[in-house]
Amino acid sequence: MKSGSNLEKVLKAGHFAFTGELGPPRGTDAEEVRKKAAFLKGNVDAVNITDNQTAMVRMSSWAASLLIMQEGLEPNYQMVCRDRNRLAMQADILGASALGIRNMLCLSGDHQQFGDHPSAKGVFDIDSMQLIYMVKKMRDESKFLGGADIHEPPKMFIGAAANPFAEPFEWRVHRLAKKINAGVDFIQTQCIYNMDKFRKWVKQANDMGLTEKVYILAGVTPMKSIGMARYMKAKVPGMDVPDEIIKRLQGAGKGKVAAEGINIACEQIEEFKEMQGLAGVHLMAIEWEHKVPEIAEQAKVLPRPVIE
Amino acid sequence: MIVAQRKPFEEIMNMLKGYKKVLNVGCGTCVAVCLAGGEKEVTVLNTELDMARKLKDNPIKIDGITIERQCDREYLAELDSKVDDYEAVVSMACGVGVQFLAERFPQIPVYPMVDTSGLAANQAVGWYEERCRSCNQCVLGMTGGICPVTMCAKGIYNGPCGGTNNGSCEIDTEQPCAWFMIYERLERQGRLDNILELHAPVEWLDQTPRTLVQPGYKKVDPEDLV
Repeated sequence: MKSGSNLEKVLKAGHFAFTGELGPPRGTDAEEVRKKAAFLKGNVDAVNITDNQTAMVRMSSWAASLLIMQEGLEPNYQMVCRDRNRLAMQADILGASALGIRNMLCLSGDHQQFGDHPSAKGVFDIDSMQLIYMVKKMRDESKFLGGADIHEPPKMFIGAAANPFAEPFEWRVHRLAKKINAGVDFIQTQCIYNMDKFRKWVKQANDMGLTEKVYILAGVTPMKSIGMARYMKAKVPGMDVPDEIIKRLQGAGKGKVAAEGINIACEQIEEFKEMQGLAGVHLMAIEWEHKVPEIAEQAKVLPRPVIE
Repeated sequence: MIVAQRKPFEEIMNMLKGYKKVLNVGCGTCVAVCLAGGEKEVTVLNTELDMARKLKDNPIKIDGITIERQCDREYLAELDSKVDDYEAVVSMACGVGVQFLAERFPQIPVYPMVDTSGLAANQAVGWYEERCRSCNQCVLGMTGGICPVTMCAKGIYNGPCGGTNNGSCEIDTEQPCAWFMIYERLERQGRLDNILELHAPVEWLDQTPRTLVQPGYKKVDPEDLV
């Protein structure tokens, strides 16, 4: 075991993993975190705690991670490269591990221009690829990036994101390989809507032998509305939403669009369960945590495995 | 070359409000080429200031002189006999020129009249695009001649990031994704091998003031150079 996290155990035992996501509040309301956590408890193997997502200031990821641990959930601590240099990152990794956090997700982070402090100085001292490399070095070699020894190294199951859709498409699988070489243990993909393209990407990863070296969790975000689908198609960089998805939501009829969004997501999950090379699903029900029990039920991923 | 643009007029007026006799020093090199601080721009600014101050019933005597380069002692020497006739000196040179001028005349206040924006190429008259951040460890050989430090909004060395958007950067569809361009160029040249391996964390060399002494030369006491 690299970290001994529940997520690592579930994946290692060959179960189809199911992870969720929780965005910390823009304030100090711990109760809000606990309320969201209650919807996820028992329904997922680990919960991604976002780190100043979309470059908006929020409660720190490690603090919200700690709050959900107190509720009996396992966090997947997200860390972006935008807001910290290598000293701060390593300090936070040590602290997180000391507090019992055992999974982390290494991300570049949305550009600061998107958020509520658009002229903040973006740090990007290291990038997401180098962050993976750094955490692995800390964990496996007991060394800081600068080379000095770590007394009691951090235990982390190292995750990263992958975007199977962005152009140039041919490069996507090589980028995945690069992350694997840097030391990543698991991947959570961008939200998938274009299933044809995703199947191609997974096939390429299979053909290159990559899916034997890393656990890939397919990213799923149910559409809540036609407006959301249109927005994601037009405005969210890196998102690939085919017109058929929008048409299908439009055909659902009044008051039934959200249910149809969940139907689409559950059909995807059914296919992912059977798809060679996939190890699980990462459900990003953005500000829709209360729907997670229903989605998990409908997707037939319950009960979640309990591994000692 | 180094490019700059004139500061907003309000800001300039505010900086100079307490002075009645000022010398405006232009620079005949980079900022003259980029139409920010050469002889012509000195004349234009001085005329504007003269008129604006007259309108405020607070006239200013502002003279202009443009020297070849403000980052060179040889040319700054021309000013030695002149500056003491003024309450303040303003410079239309880049940040390097302003500092070198202020260093030579520490007895007199020196003010910048332009904002220096970077190292840029001349796309067309009046249109300049940044191409170099002087990081001190050039990777253009690896990246097909496209600078990830300057042209990528995150300045990352293992791109593209997840925000790459059909060839554009996530910050703006008008801004090309540097790593998309790097991929395309290396692919065309059959050199994708260059970026298949992890680029290790960068040991930044631009975090402290840099001094450069070319081989065969050495530093000398600045006193001997005046």
